[in-house]
Amino acid sequence: MTGVRIGRFAHLAFCVVVFVFLVAPIIVIVPLSFNAEPYFTFTEGMLRLDPEAWSLRWYREVVENEAWTRSLANSLAIGISATVLATGLGTLAALGLSSPAMPARRFITGLLISPMVTPVIISAAGMFFFYTNVGLAQTHLGLILAHATLGMPFVVITVVATLSGFDRNLTRAAASLGAGPVRIFRTVQLPLIAPGVISGALFAFATSFDEVVVVLFMGGLEQRTIPRQMWAGIREQISPAILAVATFLVVFALALLLTVEWLRRRSSA
Amino acid sequence: MGLVLPLLVFLGVTFLAPLATMLLRSVHDPVVADALPATLAALREWEGEGPPPEAVYEAAARELGSAREARTLGQVAGRVNRLQSGLRSVFTRTARNLEDVTGGPWREAMAGIDSAWVDPGTWHAVRAAGERFTARHYLNAVDMQRLPDGSVAPQPEERRIYLPLLWRTLLVSLAITVFCLILGYPIAHLIAHAPPRRGNLLLALVLVPFWTSLLVRTTSWIVLLQTQGVINDVLVAVGLVGDDGRLSMVYNMTGTLVAMTHVLLPFMVLPLYSVMRSIPPLHMRAAASMGATPAQAFRRVYWPQTLPGVGAGSLLVFILAIGYYITPALVGGSSGQLISNMVAYHMQTSLNWGLAAALGALLLAGVLVLYLLYDRLVGVERMSLG
Repeated sequence: MTGVRIGRFAHLAFCVVVFVFLVAPIIVIVPLSFNAEPYFTFTEGMLRLDPEAWSLRWYREVVENEAWTRSLANSLAIGISATVLATGLGTLAALGLSSPAMPARRFITGLLISPMVTPVIISAAGMFFFYTNVGLAQTHLGLILAHATLGMPFVVITVVATLSGFDRNLTRAAASLGAGPVRIFRTVQLPLIAPGVISGALFAFATSFDEVVVVLFMGGLEQRTIPRQMWAGIREQISPAILAVATFLVVFALALLLTVEWLRRRSSA
Repeated sequence: MGLVLPLLVFLGVTFLAPLATMLLRSVHDPVVADALPATLAALREWEGEGPPPEAVYEAAARELGSAREARTLGQVAGRVNRLQSGLRSVFTRTARNLEDVTGGPWREAMAGIDSAWVDPGTWHAVRAAGERFTARHYLNAVDMQRLPDGSVAPQPEERRIYLPLLWRTLLVSLAITVFCLILGYPIAHLIAHAPPRRGNLLLALVLVPFWTSLLVRTTSWIVLLQTQGVINDVLVAVGLVGDDGRLSMVYNMTGTLVAMTHVLLPFMVLPLYSVMRSIPPLHMRAAASMGATPAQAFRRVYWPQTLPGVGAGSLLVFILAIGYYITPALVGGSSGQLISNMVAYHMQTSLNWGLAAALGALLLAGVLVLYLLYDRLVGVERMSLG
C-alpha cells in the first residue's frame, strides 16, 4: 500500500508545481507594479516591506500619460464595436446552424470557426493586403471588421453550445399560440440563450482587447490600442509602467472569468 | 440557412477575400512587367547568351527614365535586386545618368555607366523579375532557386534559411505539445476527479491564465526569466549560482519554450478535463477489485478512455503552436524565432511581400491539413471553451 501512497503524494506534489507554474507568473507582476524604482525585480527595500520602496508612481505615470489614455479609448471603441458586430452576426448564424433543416452544417461550422485556428499572422497579412486595396487600412472601421472576424467564432461556439440544450417544443408551442418568428426569438429563445450570447460576447471582447498583430500590421498612429502600446513598451522602452497596465489587465481578466463562470452556472442550473 | 447567410457574406469579405488576396500575392507580381513592357518584349528575341540586341537597350533606357519619373524605379530595382544583389544601385545610377544622354547607341551608353549591363546575368534577372505570374516566391520559401537555364536546384547550403526554420518550428511545436501533455494530464485528472467545489476552484486556476492577456503573460515571463529577473535573483540569493553565472533563460529558445508552454497549457487541460470527467470512477475500482495494480488499471482501463481528449488537446496545441508569433517575437531572441516571425519580418522589414505571402500560404496549408484532421477525429462542432 505504501507504493500507492507514494504515487498519490507524487501526483499531488507534481500538480502543485504545475499550478504554481500556471498562476505564479501572473501573480508576480502585481507587487512589482508598485515598485518605487524603475526595476523589473524586487528591490531589497520591497523585501523588507519598507514603505519607501513601494509606490503608486507607475500607476500615476500611466494615468497621466496621454498615449496610454488614448490607447484605452481606442481599445474600448474598437472592442465594443467589434463585439456588437460579432455577437449579432454570430448569434444569428448559431440559430441557423442549430436548426434541423440546416444543409452542409459541418462544412459551414468549420468555415465559421476557421478564423480562430488560422494563425493570426496569416490573417493579419491577408487583411493588410486586402484592406489596403479597398482603403480600410489605418482606419478604425478596418480594425473593427478585422476584430469582429477574429471574435465571431467564439460567439458561434458558445451560442451553439447553449442551443444544443434548447427544447424545440418551446418554440413550437409559441408558434402554435400565434407568435411570429421575431416574437418567438425575442420572448422565448433570447431569454433562454442569453447566458451563452453574453459569454460569447465577452470572449469576443477579450479577443479584440488583447489583439496586437492585426493592429501592428493595419493600424496607424491613430489606432494605437492598449496591446499595441504594451508591445511598444516591451520591445522599445521597457518601463515598469507596463506592469501597472498588466496588473489592470489581470484584474480585468479575473472579472471576465468570474462573469463567464457565473453565466455558465446559471445556464446549466 | 437564411440566418447563416449574413455571417457567411461578412466572413467572405473580411476574412476569405484577404486570404485569397494573400494567395494571389504569392504568385502574382506585376510591378516590373508594368514598368518595363517594351524591354521585356524585346528581351524575348534574345537567345540568352552574350549581351542582348540594341533594341533591348533602347527600350530599357527609355523605360528606366519613365519609371524614374513615375517614381516606380525604386520598386522595380528592389525586385530585380532580389534576384541578383547589387542591381538596385545599378538601376538607380543608370536611370539618373541616362538623363544626360541624348541618343544612342544605347548599349555603349549603358555599359559606360555600369559594366553590369553587358553581363547576361543582369538580363536574366530582369527577364525573371518581369514575369507577372511566378512560382519564384514558393521556390524561395523552400530554399530552391531557378538557374538561368530554367532548371530548378536547391540553394547552396549556406543560403538555406526557410527549410531549417520550418523544421525547427515543427520540432518546437512538437516539444511544446509534449510538455503540455506531461504537465496537463495529471492536473486534468486531479480536477476531473476532485469533489465539485474543489474541482471548480482548481479549474479556475487553469482558466485565469486562459483569460489573462497574452501580452501580460509574456511580460511576466520576461520579468521572471531575464538575467536580472526574479528567478535569477532567487538562485543567486540561495547560492545556487554565482552573481556572474546568472542563467540566460529569455531572449532565446528557452524563453520561447517556457512561455509558449505556459500560454498553451490551458488548451490541453480543458479537452482532457472534459473527457476525464465522463469516465466513471467505478471503472478503476472494478479493475482494482479484479486484482489489477494501480499502474495496470491506469494503463489498461483509464488511459485508453482518455485518448480522445489526448488527441483533441494535442492537435489543438500543435495547431496553435506552429502559427505562433507574439510570444517568440517578444521572448525568443534570435534563436527562438519560428516561421511566423519570418512572415512578419518579410511583411514589415524586408518588404518582400511576395515571399511573406508564399511562406504564409505554406503555413496556412499545413494548418488547414491539421484542422481537417481535427475535424475528422474530434469534430469542430465539439470544440468548446472552458
